[in-house]
Amino acid sequence: MKVKKLEDGVYQLDVKGYVCPHPQLYTMKTLQKLKSGDILEVLFDNPSSEESITALCDKEGHEIIERRSDGGTFVYRIKKA
Amino acid sequence: MADDADRRRKFWAFSVVGIMLIISLWYYSVNPIYMYIIAYAWFGFAYGILLQWGRFCFASAWRDLFAIGVTRMFVGIMVAMAVFSIIMAVLAANDLSTFHPGPLGPHELIGGLIFGLGMVLAGGCASGTLYKSGEGNGTSMLALVAISFSQAIFVDAQGWFDKLLRGYIFPQPKFTIAEKVFGGKDLSLGEYFIGDAIINTIIPTLIFLSLAYWFVARKGIVKRIIEKKAEALPANGGEVKLSFKDELYGFWQMITASKRTTLAGILIGIIAGIHVMAMQSLRDKFGIENFGQALVKMGFVDEVSKRGTVFDPGYWYITTQEAQIGAWVLEKFGWNMRDNIYFGIMNGIPEPWHNPALLMSIGIILGAAAIALLNKEFKFKAPTRELAVWGILGGILMGIGARIALGCNIGAFYIRVAGGDPGGWLFFLGMGGGALASVKFLNWWTERQLKEEDFDIEIE
Repeated sequence: MKVKKLEDGVYQLDVKGYVCPHPQLYTMKTLQKLKSGDILEVLFDNPSSEESITALCDKEGHEIIERRSDGGTFVYRIKKA
Repeated sequence: MADDADRRRKFWAFSVVGIMLIISLWYYSVNPIYMYIIAYAWFGFAYGILLQWGRFCFASAWRDLFAIGVTRMFVGIMVAMAVFSIIMAVLAANDLSTFHPGPLGPHELIGGLIFGLGMVLAGGCASGTLYKSGEGNGTSMLALVAISFSQAIFVDAQGWFDKLLRGYIFPQPKFTIAEKVFGGKDLSLGEYFIGDAIINTIIPTLIFLSLAYWFVARKGIVKRIIEKKAEALPANGGEVKLSFKDELYGFWQMITASKRTTLAGILIGIIAGIHVMAMQSLRDKFGIENFGQALVKMGFVDEVSKRGTVFDPGYWYITTQEAQIGAWVLEKFGWNMRDNIYFGIMNGIPEPWHNPALLMSIGIILGAAAIALLNKEFKFKAPTRELAVWGILGGILMGIGARIALGCNIGAFYIRVAGGDPGGWLFFLGMGGGALASVKFLNWWTERQLKEEDFDIEIE
């Protein structure tokens, strides 16, 4: 697991290689530490976490502004509510 | 490059289907009765597709509820069970059901608790571990190996599991709610429907869903409803009031929040029902009640139990066939795995290619692999040391829990509840308790990992 700052207000959480529930748990915990309007880019390759992260964002009101996937790796950019 | 990769994935996806077709035809050419076990493999294939496509994992039902406050999978399994229970009532009334209730007792709660602890650590339940193995998930593959061997060793070691079965579990009462309420076993459709589907499944399902809505999902949903209503208020203000209709709308929002999961739940319920009907029809066609009879007729007497049977549930099941493959391997190393009730008297240890339920599990892995390949989601992920520890530990706990409860999230919960056996709910509650404890542990663990991570984020 790696978290890094890409630029002001934009962070990246890399949870590739992790299985449930780690990707969604780390996503939730990292988002809790960000400010409203900040963007978190989550990199994960556990397909089951896709629906859980989407549901988590939906519930908390965060906006998923971009979704990409290629070769089993998913990239979600989430704007914190 | 991307096109080449796509073509390769499609090639492998269709190859999986092609290989299954060729093997099926070969089995049929050897002896038509093998259609019975090939049917298991293809139903497994269908389960695998739906589980992977729907990201349908029973572990996440309790876990996501406790860990991140998400209800999607909790809703999914409740929907799947409600649909399946209706089909099961129809099958039972028409003598097309292979279902038998299990012994009812606190062993189901305790087994569920241990199983729940394990499934959250391993990152998937018993069926989830299979479909995730099909996605290329190395941690799930390790968990699968751990489930297999832990069960085999657990039921054989020291003979105490025999004592538990004989002295405690077997004497417990076995009944479905319809049998209890209406008396007898030859009941009408209405009686099966009221007893097994409505009372044992649909009413508790609605209660659990209402609790999930009220305590977990409602807050976020109601906030959005209030915001929407406030926008519609006149400029000079007014008060936003929540009506019962709004709550019902909110409840429906929760049910339909993840359409993919809910749809997968409905389809799994339907497939599980057709599976039960198909297996009973095949039993009638071949004049057998258990595939062990066919194996004996073909001369494979060493593969069956002392009763002449093998594990052949007639419905979706996961863990016993994994115990059998564990025992089969241990026998190759000289262990005597048949001097116990579980293998020796009940389930036998057939060769893997003769094992009906094992072919179903292989079908699940292959079905999940095929759909994951087609959707560009297949990726082999070797487990890290940390995940390997959780996978193996979780697998061992799931194996032990499943044996104590005589089943896993499918055999001891999903099938049992929908079949009208109230004991399935004991397993479900136990599973919830175990999941809560493991979630608390993982919360502590991930928090600790995040603190160790040196990143430049202000901590509020």
